[in-house]
Amino acid sequence: MAEPGLLRGYRIERVPSPPRGSVAIITVLSLLAALIFGGLVLALSGENPLTIYQAMLSGALGNWNGVAETLVKTTPLLLAGLGVAVAFRMQLWNIGAEGQLYFGAIFASWMALYLAPGAPGWLLVPLMIVAAMVGGGLWGLVPGILRAYFGASEIITSLMLNYVAILFSDYLIHGPWRDPQAFGFPGTPAFPDAAWLPRWGTTRVHLGLLFGLVAALLLWFLLRRTRWGYEIGVMGENPRAALYAGMPMARTIILVMALSGALAGLAGMSEVAGIGHQLQRNLSPGYGYAAIIVAWLARLHPIGAVLVAFLLAALTVGGDQLQMSLGLPAAIAPMLQGTILFFLLGGDILTRYRLVKRTPALAAVTRENEPA
Amino acid sequence: MSDILTPAFIVSVLAAAIAAGTALLYACLGELITERAGILNLGIEGIMLMGALSGVAGCLWSGSAWVGAAAALAAGALMASIHAILTVGLRANQVVSGLALTIFGTGLSAFLGRNIVGVPPPESFRRLDVPGLAEIPVLGRILFQQSALVYISFAVTAFLWWYIYRTRAGLRLRALGERPEAADAMGIDVTRLRALYVIAGGALAGLGGAAISLGTNPGWTEGMTAGRGWIAVALVIFAAWNPARAAIGAYLFGGVEAGQFRLQTAGVDLSPFFLNMLPYLFTILVLVLSTREATRRALSAPAALGRSYTREDRG
Repeated sequence: MAEPGLLRGYRIERVPSPPRGSVAIITVLSLLAALIFGGLVLALSGENPLTIYQAMLSGALGNWNGVAETLVKTTPLLLAGLGVAVAFRMQLWNIGAEGQLYFGAIFASWMALYLAPGAPGWLLVPLMIVAAMVGGGLWGLVPGILRAYFGASEIITSLMLNYVAILFSDYLIHGPWRDPQAFGFPGTPAFPDAAWLPRWGTTRVHLGLLFGLVAALLLWFLLRRTRWGYEIGVMGENPRAALYAGMPMARTIILVMALSGALAGLAGMSEVAGIGHQLQRNLSPGYGYAAIIVAWLARLHPIGAVLVAFLLAALTVGGDQLQMSLGLPAAIAPMLQGTILFFLLGGDILTRYRLVKRTPALAAVTRENEPA
Repeated sequence: MSDILTPAFIVSVLAAAIAAGTALLYACLGELITERAGILNLGIEGIMLMGALSGVAGCLWSGSAWVGAAAALAAGALMASIHAILTVGLRANQVVSGLALTIFGTGLSAFLGRNIVGVPPPESFRRLDVPGLAEIPVLGRILFQQSALVYISFAVTAFLWWYIYRTRAGLRLRALGERPEAADAMGIDVTRLRALYVIAGGALAGLGGAAISLGTNPGWTEGMTAGRGWIAVALVIFAAWNPARAAIGAYLFGGVEAGQFRLQTAGVDLSPFFLNMLPYLFTILVLVLSTREATRRALSAPAALGRSYTREDRG
């Protein structure tokens, strides 16, 4: 085998299971490299990257207000990120978290405004949670069924349903659910007080954050400590083995997609009940897409997702602040998010492969094993 | 409703279907050759957005739509080369790398294009009748009263069909996607060729973006491709990886887009929100049906699609 000159005397070997420490180091290095690369892009387009990064950092974490806003944005990112992570574990590429979030919000609003508007808070909030998880779950169920029984790629179907969900939400807001007394931006009437999630002090941080933390713990338990969680992993890594072991593939695909959608739906509920107190346009600035990055950056680990969601929330809040402090578009945040993912993917090769010095004996063995 | 279904109306919808479907066709052909080489690129949406932006920017800078189109090709190639480095070079997960490309491209195009939102480009690809052919009744109106980008897309489709099915290089391309081990054994440089096809596919998708921003909808606005990059990915499955079928699919969707607009102006009593859902719902329907057909008629995806190739793993 012709070796490239650079690698003469070495060979690349696959690392069976990368040690956790090196994964953590690579993750941090990837983040730094992404910031440097993003800085270059900003510099090339005539902006000072240091000013931008500083403004983002101080906007997101420089004062208590910023920290509180970061926690506010952590909530939907965490819940939707957990949903994406559970699907990705089974190699189900659910990229429909955005639409599932919207459907959760739609169902929660339906409960608060039309199904049980008179219910007391201790009843209404749980009812809204259930409604949102059913709504998001149904929206995740559709791509699940299409994948399990028709073989249709869940990537495409779940993504197409994002557009449908957002248009449906817009239809409700402009049509049957429109508040007739509202001027300016269309939206539904405000929810009854009982549907408002309690807030922490004078900040906008609300009970939804707790939902996220509890969901992370429950999901960790499910994935690590139950038979079902184990089976999800096997079916994702090695579907053929799972099939021979008699694991119910089709049923699990549907259930996992529904669970994934339900978590994203809960994110939608927590946004309308914790922040907006009504269903309105542009409910999510792309939380469902950022959730993909949360899941992948956390290596699909529920507890890791908490940390990563906070990090990406800070990035988002920082991006929003740029608009106010420097008049720059908030789109810098998704650009950096994409860059982070690139470097993480690229950095992963360092954890999966290693260079081994070719000793004469080893070289002979390798040559022997090479197919003709 | 009766005044809608006149022959003149149908011909105008068909002509509009081809005009609107051209952007999709370029993007779909780009994804098609990428997948033929065994690489899945879910970054088409992000690439198209960068192509659309670069098209307008190039045109504003030079005053020429052709320079804009060249800029879109280059931007598409550049974006796709990120995917090539990650998935072909470093064997990263193709699904996640493509998603990252779309997120990156969406954000980057919104950032870079912040100052030219809504600025009309000095030139765009306008209707350019083909002398002689344009006068053919019906067909002339549908096929030959279009813009230069449309005619080029006819040529690209025909060329790719010929290339994939009738040339040695096309045979190698198919080998890359079906059995990279065999291609490697034949002495083909799998890594280099796969990377080249990913980049070429990206260039086509970039041009697809410009077909919107310098064609059907001149000017730049954030997120203006509105999911067409994703529809293009779905269309490749409908096309069963065949360029000729890709054209049929793209025009079908162009027809949905054009028809939806015409229904709206004809005052059909359906909320515009529901009308706007049509292309997305139609994509799901087409995907489900074509996946079923593909399984039944064994028109399956390239066998090695989505799988990175490492010589060390060769069994």
